[in-house]
Amino acid sequence: MAEVTHEVVHRHEPPKSFIRKYIFSLDHKVIGIQYIMLALTAVVVGMAMSILMRLNLSWPGTNWPILGTLFPTGAPGGVISPEFYLSLVTMHGTIMVFFVLTTAPQGGFGNYFLPIQIGTDDMAFPFLNMMSFWVTFVGFIILLAAIFVEGSVAVGGGALGTALGGGGSGTVGPIGGWTGYAPLSALGKIAGPGQGAGVNLWIVSIAIFCIGSLLGALNFITTLLNMRTRGMSLMRMPLTCWAWFTTAVLALLSFPVLLGGGILLLLDRVGGTSFFIPAGEYVNGVLSGDPRFPLHAGGSPLLWQHLFWFFGHPEVYIAILPGMGATSHILSTFARKPVFGYRAMVFAIFAIGGLGFFVWGHHMFISGMSPYSAIAFSILTLSIGVPSAIKTFNWIGTLWGGRIRFTTAMLFAIGFVSLFVAGGITGLVLGQTSLDLPMHDTYFVTAHFHLVMGVASIFGMFAAMYFWFPKMFGRLMNESLGKFHFWITFIGVYTIFVPMHIMGIVGMPRRYAQFTEYAFLGRLHPLVLLVSIAAIVTVSVQLVFFFNLFWSMFKGKVAGPNPWEATTLEWTTPSPPPHDNFAGIVPTVYRGPYEFAVPGAPKDFMMQTEPVTADEPALAPGLGDTSGNGHDGHKR
Amino acid sequence: MATTVTSAERVIEKGIGTGPPSRPGNGFHRNGGGSKGDADPLRFYPDRYRLGMWVALTSVVMLFTALTSAYIVRAASSNDWRPIAMPRLLWLSTAVIIISSVTFEGARRSLKRQHDAMYGHWLLITTILGVVFLGSQLLAWRQLVRQGIYLATNPHSSFFYLMTAAHGVHLLGGILALSYLLVRTRRRGADVTAESRRIGAADAVSIYWHFMDGLWVYLFLLLFFWK
Repeated sequence: MAEVTHEVVHRHEPPKSFIRKYIFSLDHKVIGIQYIMLALTAVVVGMAMSILMRLNLSWPGTNWPILGTLFPTGAPGGVISPEFYLSLVTMHGTIMVFFVLTTAPQGGFGNYFLPIQIGTDDMAFPFLNMMSFWVTFVGFIILLAAIFVEGSVAVGGGALGTALGGGGSGTVGPIGGWTGYAPLSALGKIAGPGQGAGVNLWIVSIAIFCIGSLLGALNFITTLLNMRTRGMSLMRMPLTCWAWFTTAVLALLSFPVLLGGGILLLLDRVGGTSFFIPAGEYVNGVLSGDPRFPLHAGGSPLLWQHLFWFFGHPEVYIAILPGMGATSHILSTFARKPVFGYRAMVFAIFAIGGLGFFVWGHHMFISGMSPYSAIAFSILTLSIGVPSAIKTFNWIGTLWGGRIRFTTAMLFAIGFVSLFVAGGITGLVLGQTSLDLPMHDTYFVTAHFHLVMGVASIFGMFAAMYFWFPKMFGRLMNESLGKFHFWITFIGVYTIFVPMHIMGIVGMPRRYAQFTEYAFLGRLHPLVLLVSIAAIVTVSVQLVFFFNLFWSMFKGKVAGPNPWEATTLEWTTPSPPPHDNFAGIVPTVYRGPYEFAVPGAPKDFMMQTEPVTADEPALAPGLGDTSGNGHDGHKR
Repeated sequence: MATTVTSAERVIEKGIGTGPPSRPGNGFHRNGGGSKGDADPLRFYPDRYRLGMWVALTSVVMLFTALTSAYIVRAASSNDWRPIAMPRLLWLSTAVIIISSVTFEGARRSLKRQHDAMYGHWLLITTILGVVFLGSQLLAWRQLVRQGIYLATNPHSSFFYLMTAAHGVHLLGGILALSYLLVRTRRRGADVTAESRRIGAADAVSIYWHFMDGLWVYLFLLLFFWK
């Protein structure tokens, strides 16, 4: 602390007690790691569920004695019941979308690195930040609880349950799908099994999650606008910061809508209202007017779809934009080149985020909407291809002619580009009404969104983890294990999801527990089997990642402050960074974020904090566009 | 600490991506850094609370936008829409909350003029008016209940209870914030940072309060005057 040259005002002192330091911590770094741990826990649960689903799809009716022991109601006698399968689908989707794809990229890596990358000591509102995590945590516990409250057979569901599950079948958890479509989700128990108290908990969990995300988004936006360090102009920020910022804006605008929809849905279920319950309905043997039916009717089930997808589509970008940011960052670092077209990348992020608010209707093409609205939604949807193509082009431009270092982080970043293209291209197919009509609710859709929203985002997070792990824990992850992890996962996910496109084109519908009754789908069984085996292998290889992660925390090679020879502010501080990130020194930024191999520069890479020396030549015309701006300093 | 923008600062704010000597702005008036935000990231500026409050209010706007769109769709989707008669008490609520905005403005101005005693008095009046508003809303609910109108009676009453409750919960948050101001920040801060925190907090709460006032007027018009 002898070199402190500035007056330092800590907003909170380093905590001393264990609880304040590691549990109810105000430090954005601890909160970031808490978010990552929450996401890792959630992803294990979600993956286990997907394995159970694959078991049921490829070996239908098989007796798995262990499942009978674990889930006596869901898998009576060890055979997975259809209701259990549907609740697995629901919980897998909900856990993955909310508690993995939304928490890890933004709450985890964003929380940890946004304040460091803009050169400040913490988030703008550390207390709200802490609340944001713990609220999310409570939401996760409630969601898990939803799995266990649905043991009994629902009123009126007995006959249906017997027909589907062979007698006495119950469910484990809600079965409304992660989208919880009304009216079934709004009716309560009369709608059949899996529509009772579990759905209430499911809605409460999501509502709580919305509040946690809003607190986080508030913090991200204020921090980024208000707390950048000296010289850190907006156009000198790493692209990761732009991505987290845009993600926060999307969350801020879309989660309240889901929250509002969730409140309405819950009131329909428990308050006797009829926001989403239509008139004249016949459900599960019960006609509206029956005493068991809700008192009122006359609502609009489509209203739920509108509210849900107004949130749901931006949510897709909430999941993937941070991955795009991390990918840009990592590609540039390991290609030893500036990001190609920094400004274009920034505008493309905004364009994707902005357009994302006007395309929710493409989830509802078969809802009977007017063909004119369908055309408008379709055109807007396809136009997202333009900024997406700009980003892809610029990623390739960044790689082009670079001196590429194939680290594990780099491999995952390149994998992200590959998966984003592969998954995005089918978005152009599904975005067209005429093609979506036959494809809707088939495995083609499942394959599309898993590739682009699920796996691509996860690859972005893997890249981020391998890249930033040394900064977070002071040690490097094992590269050999990492590369093994990458290649098996990369080949694995394509083996899982490419055949799913074919199944979808053949006409295999989503969310069916079994296909044994459909002769025309029988020929697909070898493919189904292949997908299941690939899924099991891919999930197993994640154990290598988990081993690598926890082993490297304690036994990995010591990293030093800047193992990757990167340029941004997080690499100017020790690994892991001290409590206030820069040990009392306020960093001053003189350069753009990606000054690699700048002609005439004294070194291969120039840190953002390195002052511009007098003998550095002015940049060649045009180069300023590709290296993140901030070159006016050279002219002075 | 100049509060007026000099021409020199204006020139600086135009530059994007320039070096530290000119401390670039970014087009966000006063909030985005510029000369102040960039100057010392570890110092506290009251702007942060104000900015955070506007961001938070954006999400409140989105919540009520969602409820409003549901209201409009639901009103049009079926013939079971029978508007309830407005409880007269809501006029009182409306008057009370509008007056409370005026008194809060009085508090804020006293704070700016460093009349700490006056600031405390105005805050107290505002808090009391806020409680009176909530009480009046509850009484309006009770009037309806006595007439046999409940949440599930018809879609319009559902929306009435839902929206007044959502607004009431937000206003309760405002009352808690006001109590915080009353208890914790009625006295002058010990140093510059504490003082600017005090002013920043009062500023942010006042924005919130005025917003809740406007939101109520909007809901009042939507629920009973929109056709």
